[in-house]
Amino acid sequence: MLGVVGTIPEADFPLMAGPVELEERSLKVQGRGIPVTRGTAALLAAACTCLNMLRQPPPFAFLVGDTGRGRGSAQLYEYLTRNLGETPFTAITFHYILPMVDWHNRVFFALEKMKPRPFLIADAGFMYVAKMSGLAPEYDLFTPDAGELAFLADEEAPHPFYTRGFILQEENLVPDLIARAYAHDNASRYLLVKGRTDYLADKDGILAEVGEPEIEALEPIGGTGDTLTGIVSALMAAGREIKAAAPLAARINRLAGALARPTPATGVEEIIRRIPEAWNAVYESPPKEINF
Amino acid sequence: MSLWKFWKRKEVPVEEGASIEHGLLVFANTSEVIRAENLLRAAGVPLKVMGPPPEIQSGCDLVIQFPLIRQLEILRILEGERLVPLEAVPVTGPLLKPVDLFQVKDFGRYLMVRAANMKLTVDKETRVIVNVSGGGCPDVPYLAYQLVGQTLGSAPRPRHIGHTVCGYALELAFEEMERQCSGW
Repeated sequence: MLGVVGTIPEADFPLMAGPVELEERSLKVQGRGIPVTRGTAALLAAACTCLNMLRQPPPFAFLVGDTGRGRGSAQLYEYLTRNLGETPFTAITFHYILPMVDWHNRVFFALEKMKPRPFLIADAGFMYVAKMSGLAPEYDLFTPDAGELAFLADEEAPHPFYTRGFILQEENLVPDLIARAYAHDNASRYLLVKGRTDYLADKDGILAEVGEPEIEALEPIGGTGDTLTGIVSALMAAGREIKAAAPLAARINRLAGALARPTPATGVEEIIRRIPEAWNAVYESPPKEINF
Repeated sequence: MSLWKFWKRKEVPVEEGASIEHGLLVFANTSEVIRAENLLRAAGVPLKVMGPPPEIQSGCDLVIQFPLIRQLEILRILEGERLVPLEAVPVTGPLLKPVDLFQVKDFGRYLMVRAANMKLTVDKETRVIVNVSGGGCPDVPYLAYQLVGQTLGSAPRPRHIGHTVCGYALELAFEEMERQCSGW
């Protein structure tokens, strides 16, 4: 089963833990509706869709409202330290949360107690705090974009906002940034770098590249990285090896984007709606480099 | 449970009690430090008053250590009382400066500005904000919800409703977008 940890951008959204249902245009957890917008809701919607295609149980979400003040995040960290071990997850994806190093480390202690330990995937604020804690290599997969990769590559930066200028966030420098992130132990076991070309890499270098279909209008659309993280999380939770799951997820996400015929004004929900069609297309004619 | 992973963590040379998640506020004089300390404590901000590291060459001989991630919220509290620090810098690298390079990408009808890890996209014909992407702090989805669909002139400013450094980066993208649009 996939576990997902994240925040909802509503100040009064209470802490909730439970399975997620995907409805026509919203998610439902413990009877409460959540609109599918960018962020953890987009990740969950993409993961729900893929787990349904895989005939797997829906994701189990740990959610709390937080608009940036951090109160909800602190409440969620604390809850995780007490309850994370109660469900036998195969993978847990950590997402939007206010980075707090001490709380991260306490959650990590709880993760260490889980037997067998699930795959650990981190994106957004939780990826930032995993790097800040010095425990990045303990995670199985980070899913940064080029700017976040530059932050991982900068051993001194406490946040992407402070990435030093000489570490250029150019897409054509991605292989160098990956090498630098691993050289300073600031990368997870695998990296899935999202961008014009999506890269899967480990400490030995780039393992796979997915550049098609290339749709320029996807770059400004908030949430397309969240959907990719949701898709790869679902595949890993269902037992796919990372080396197969990451390129497959990248292909499905890109194709769903293309099928939505996007402009820079398109909302991510339009792309999520196209995931089943993209999924079927990719499974019917899988690219040669992907070993199912 | 293995404690080894925590013991082998990389050492970061910082003051006792400080860590990579902290920043420093530098003020011109001690009375400003005391005022800021009172204001921030009243607002529930965890902080510590301490001596400045040698890299900081400006300000008085006291600085305030604060949670770096809440930089935008903290600066807004201080600015509301007309108490602007000389500098707000990361503890681990007092000489680190915010990313100051903007990337501007023209999509024809739409223009995208990226500042650090945040991207803001506007319809050039209507000046309506059509998308916000990037970022990892929890105010980013909130800011996106508040900004998307509003014009540049009517949208709430990220510096007014954001709280984190991601919100701060979005404010910089917003300001750069206004600058780009000023010639239209």
